Amino acid sequence: MLEYVDKIRDIARRLLSENKVDVVIGFRQGSVPMMSEPAVISRPEDVDELYWDYNCGINLTNYLTKRPDRIGIVAKGCDSRNIVTHMVENQIKREQLYIIGAPCHGMIDRSRILAALGDQEPTKVVVNDSEIVVTGPGLERKFDRKEYLQNNCATCIHRNPVIYDELLAAPVEEQKLTNRYADVEKIEAMSPDDKWAFFDKMLAPCIRCYACRNACPLCYCPTCFVDEARPQWVGKSIDPTDVRTFHFLRAYHCAGRCTDCGACERACPVNIPVRLLTKKLNKDVEDLYGFEPGMVPDVRPPLDVYRPDDPGGFIK
Amino acid sequence: MTSVIIAKSKLNDFLASLKSGYQVLGPIHQGDMIAFGPVNKVEDLALPYSNTRLSIKSVFFPQSERMFGYSLDKEDADAGIIKETPKEYPNRVVFGLRPCDAKAVTLVDVNMDNPQYQDPWWVKRRETTTLIGLGCEHPCSTCFCTSMGSGPFDETGLDVLLTELPDAYLAKSLTPKGEQLLKQAKGTDAASPAGEKTAAEIKTKAEQALPKLETAKLKDKNMMELFNARFWERVQFACINCGACTFLCPTCWCFDIQDEVSKKAGDRIRNWDSCMFPLFTLHGTGHNPRDHKVQRVRQRFMHKLKYYIDKYGDGPACVGCGRCVQACPVNIDIRNVITLMNEYQTSAGTKA
Repeated sequence: MLEYVDKIRDIARRLLSENKVDVVIGFRQGSVPMMSEPAVISRPEDVDELYWDYNCGINLTNYLTKRPDRIGIVAKGCDSRNIVTHMVENQIKREQLYIIGAPCHGMIDRSRILAALGDQEPTKVVVNDSEIVVTGPGLERKFDRKEYLQNNCATCIHRNPVIYDELLAAPVEEQKLTNRYADVEKIEAMSPDDKWAFFDKMLAPCIRCYACRNACPLCYCPTCFVDEARPQWVGKSIDPTDVRTFHFLRAYHCAGRCTDCGACERACPVNIPVRLLTKKLNKDVEDLYGFEPGMVPDVRPPLDVYRPDDPGGFIK
Repeated sequence: MTSVIIAKSKLNDFLASLKSGYQVLGPIHQGDMIAFGPVNKVEDLALPYSNTRLSIKSVFFPQSERMFGYSLDKEDADAGIIKETPKEYPNRVVFGLRPCDAKAVTLVDVNMDNPQYQDPWWVKRRETTTLIGLGCEHPCSTCFCTSMGSGPFDETGLDVLLTELPDAYLAKSLTPKGEQLLKQAKGTDAASPAGEKTAAEIKTKAEQALPKLETAKLKDKNMMELFNARFWERVQFACINCGACTFLCPTCWCFDIQDEVSKKAGDRIRNWDSCMFPLFTLHGTGHNPRDHKVQRVRQRFMHKLKYYIDKYGDGPACVGCGRCVQACPVNIDIRNVITLMNEYQTSAGTKA
């Protein structure tokens, strides 16, 4: 995907110098391996700060919410679906945007690579089509790129932007997957006690930093329910009940809206697989309503509208 | 100050003898992370290691802690009287923390234990805890401790400093607490001049390997000009206002106090808080003096790198452990911010 870099810069330069947009939102190259920094560029002379590689897993739609200006934005498949969701939910207008579509090959999973390295520190990571080459002091390892994609990218079926003004390259071939929900089904098959134990263990490291929530473009409420003071719905400590309440409610707020971009999981500083919760709800929404979020700009999400033929089998 | 050798083959004897007088904590594996936890034997320790994901601060200042409890039962004679929640203060040893974390503890002391205020729980835990630091022979690429007044073998805040040699640890006592611990511990042998020489070489090499960030100009900058600097707009853009940096930071000490009531009993709990959260500064009136992201981002860096320096004539309130550099989901790198602040050209260029 490195070949996108020059094109992103060219397009950004053109858009800014022709005054088609006020700013361009993209990524700056990371200061540490396998990271990148969301960046906003407003002058043509600064466009060379823009970059693109296999580490652009943060969802840039998060930076669009209620912006008043004209924005050029680089968007992967998932970002573009969140742009659609943002349009449907009146967080941004289509005419404000110039969408630079990035057909995506999948982002690499930094936390899984770091975990695989144990405590050895990579100082340089080079990714090509097939391999991730990691080097550091006394360290040289290669990982199969496809094995070390972010989990959400491995099961992604919308790598190409669904809405754009210009594409950075020809569309990539979409993955044909037989079952995208194997991880969810494994949990669904558990007994209630086992599920309880599984989620307890999964959430135990949570420090309630809210990186998962804040990295999510769907979480734009002026005051999140966990921050409400009058009344206060949730305790602020790391009591397991409050931690569970936060995670489960967060996930439910994303039901029928989540594009499985994986920004939440990528942002977590303590490696909690928070996507397992939202993915279960994605599966339910798909099963119950046949709905995939962010695909069509004029359809409201199913939990936002009432239809007489809505499935009601779960009401007992 | 004495130095002894603990042969790696005798480390279990050493730890076992500590266990007779102390609870022993050290870096252990917890899932994908390394965290401070109970240590019974050498095999429990995650050695060698770079650093723990979360800092040492929770050992003295837990993320959530019951301070007081009270009854709301009118039948109860003590109803409505707030009582301190009983706590235990066993003698503890933290084995193998990194020197940057110990230095950070001394920076937090400035807030938690000063002539004006003494936080009783912090103070008691500090008194009953002995810190055995493990010098960093191989600092990470994100480390910048020597630029922040610390270093890979910084002795500040430690009771004992260990230097790893090929087959042994050279243990140097730095305080009476450390001296006593080494005197009572088993598995130690007299240090040799050759061992001390090797340790000195390791230290020098590690220090030289670290990058040098310039910070000298920070203290003479005009605070208001730095506050109003234009670069904050650029620094803040990516920030998602999560609390990862502040919660992982060993020197961030802010907390919030909450009452939690269930049926007829209540607890007064303090929890880590974060200046990254809008709620941190929200007034009861609804007014929020730091309503915008840029104000919150600026606060975090200004507090560590300017206000602390100006207020205490010391600092900065950063030890260069690099945790925030590694954990920030959007790659906001404090090293870049330090340089921006240090190099910022103010019109006067001097303190107001």
